[in-house]
Amino acid sequence: MTETTKAVVPRATALEMFDGPVTDANLRRYLEGIPGVDAVGLEQRAAGLGTRSIKTTSKKWALDTIIELIDLTTLEGADTPGKVRSLVAKAITPDASDPSTPRVAAVCVYGDMVPYAVQALGSHHSRGTDSGINVAAVATAFPSGRASLAVKLSDTADAVQSGADEIDMVIDRGAFLAGRYGQVFDEIVAVKEACRRADGTYAHLKVILETGELNTYDNVRRASWLSILAGGDFIKTSTGKVSPAATLPVTLLMLEVVRDWHRLTGEKIGVKPAGGIRTSKDAIKYLVTVAETVGEDWLQPHLFRFGASSLLNDVLLQRQKMTTGHYSGADYVTID
Amino acid sequence: MSRLAVPKTYKLYIGGKFPRSESGRTYEVTTRSGEFLANAAKASRKDARDAVVAARSAVSGWSGATPYNRGQVLYRIAELLEGRRVQFISEIEQSEGISIEAATAQVDEAIDRWVWYAGWADKYVQVAGNANPVSGPYFNLSVPEPTGVVAIVAPQKSSLLGLVSVVAPALVAGNTVVVIASEALPLSAISLSEVLATSDVPGGVVNILTGSPAEITPWLASHADVNALDLTGAGDLDWIDLEIAAAETLKRVLRPGGGADLAAPSLDRITALTETKTVWHTKSLI
Repeated sequence: MTETTKAVVPRATALEMFDGPVTDANLRRYLEGIPGVDAVGLEQRAAGLGTRSIKTTSKKWALDTIIELIDLTTLEGADTPGKVRSLVAKAITPDASDPSTPRVAAVCVYGDMVPYAVQALGSHHSRGTDSGINVAAVATAFPSGRASLAVKLSDTADAVQSGADEIDMVIDRGAFLAGRYGQVFDEIVAVKEACRRADGTYAHLKVILETGELNTYDNVRRASWLSILAGGDFIKTSTGKVSPAATLPVTLLMLEVVRDWHRLTGEKIGVKPAGGIRTSKDAIKYLVTVAETVGEDWLQPHLFRFGASSLLNDVLLQRQKMTTGHYSGADYVTID
Repeated sequence: MSRLAVPKTYKLYIGGKFPRSESGRTYEVTTRSGEFLANAAKASRKDARDAVVAARSAVSGWSGATPYNRGQVLYRIAELLEGRRVQFISEIEQSEGISIEAATAQVDEAIDRWVWYAGWADKYVQVAGNANPVSGPYFNLSVPEPTGVVAIVAPQKSSLLGLVSVVAPALVAGNTVVVIASEALPLSAISLSEVLATSDVPGGVVNILTGSPAEITPWLASHADVNALDLTGAGDLDWIDLEIAAAETLKRVLRPGGGADLAAPSLDRITALTETKTVWHTKSLI
């Protein structure tokens, strides 16, 4: 799942698009030239996609797909090696009562917990292959992003060195909102470079926009373009520490940017809604939105993820209901 | 001048709110002779599921309240019932087709029974618990604790008294309740839900479903998040199958009642819905 060949930083396309160097002025001209978002239309479209009825075999497929797309997350100040180990155990065996349950895509932890996650995963760790479970680490002074670039880069490099396959970085929202797009751009480029491993491959880079702090849909659209231009492999809605976190309209908007980018360049960028998705019902709405916006191709761990912790248990309860025919309860899944 | 009749369409009571049935279904409640009284919501299995979720989330608050506080809250319900006495009497008189004296007697008995159970809230542990003799320098104490979420089929031939007789004892110990009201006589249950909504009972502690017990009960019996099943009013159902379904998840089951009063007041009804916790504690620090 790691980027092995594409090591062009920033994306060559970005340079072509600006027809000149990446400067604040050029970025502003470009990003602020993007048409505004029709907020009412966007929310209506998202609400419409949320009304689809997914039942029986489709639901069963959807539940399994959701599990395969989950970044099982623990991002607490109180995280301990033991908690990370139990999280990893859950990632490997989500439902001990049903061995046919698929595994999650990745575990997402703080940078200093990466060695414990790698160790606990053992042979289940993907280690750059397409099978197995990835270790994702949040970096760059997550969740606020308020640190100097040097600190952010060493935070990132440290996580990569410890064995993280994916880095979830936060953008500098302060700089973005102040209009210093160039600074945000350069930081993403630099962090991407810090994701380089000793062997020249790169850890996957997810760029967290923290849409709850960007205030407008227009800003979300601009930040999405900016992150993709700068070389992000994934754009992610939120840290989960700010409310509102992921919402369906915001995710739809980001998916539209990804769709447009794909039409423009042929490159496939991933999307990760994170925070606030707690029920299977909500998650299924996201699946529908992905399939209807960018296509079913995107419903795979390379291109779409859920950042969640309690979602998994709800999916497992629904899954148990479908297999056993009666309602299950929280006593029949592991506690987080 | 004649007034236009206002036919009522009642809703369910789940989690302290009054939602319509998820299925959108309603059914007509009639008098004994078949005249229209009101529309009631016909709950589906998904309403039962939602009710269990609401009941589960209310367990920690209700069972964690002090017994004294629970008693006060329950007693307050009796006060509110008393305030709505006339409404209950008239509803029972109409739907059961009985005399006003008989309806009054039923409401009075129901309120008295509620008060009687409310009084048990801070006393039943002393009576049902025990200090066990052990051969060592330890206290060994057994105390009853609430079992959790209790699903109840209310007596079908009684409007208010039957309902109160099964709901109150479950609440005393700190359980939360999902109760299926009498299908033919649901008006008192609906009025009781209005009483509960304006009382101090936290939302989700009592959830009242109207509709067909035959349709909903199997889902509650097999539901893994329900801890006990009170089949007092399920005598006309295939309750043996329900008991078998409940056994799959080791639920406590109360079998259908018999006799004139299906659920006569007793301490047993309270303790039947509890688990016994036994703790050891050293007698002294040396």
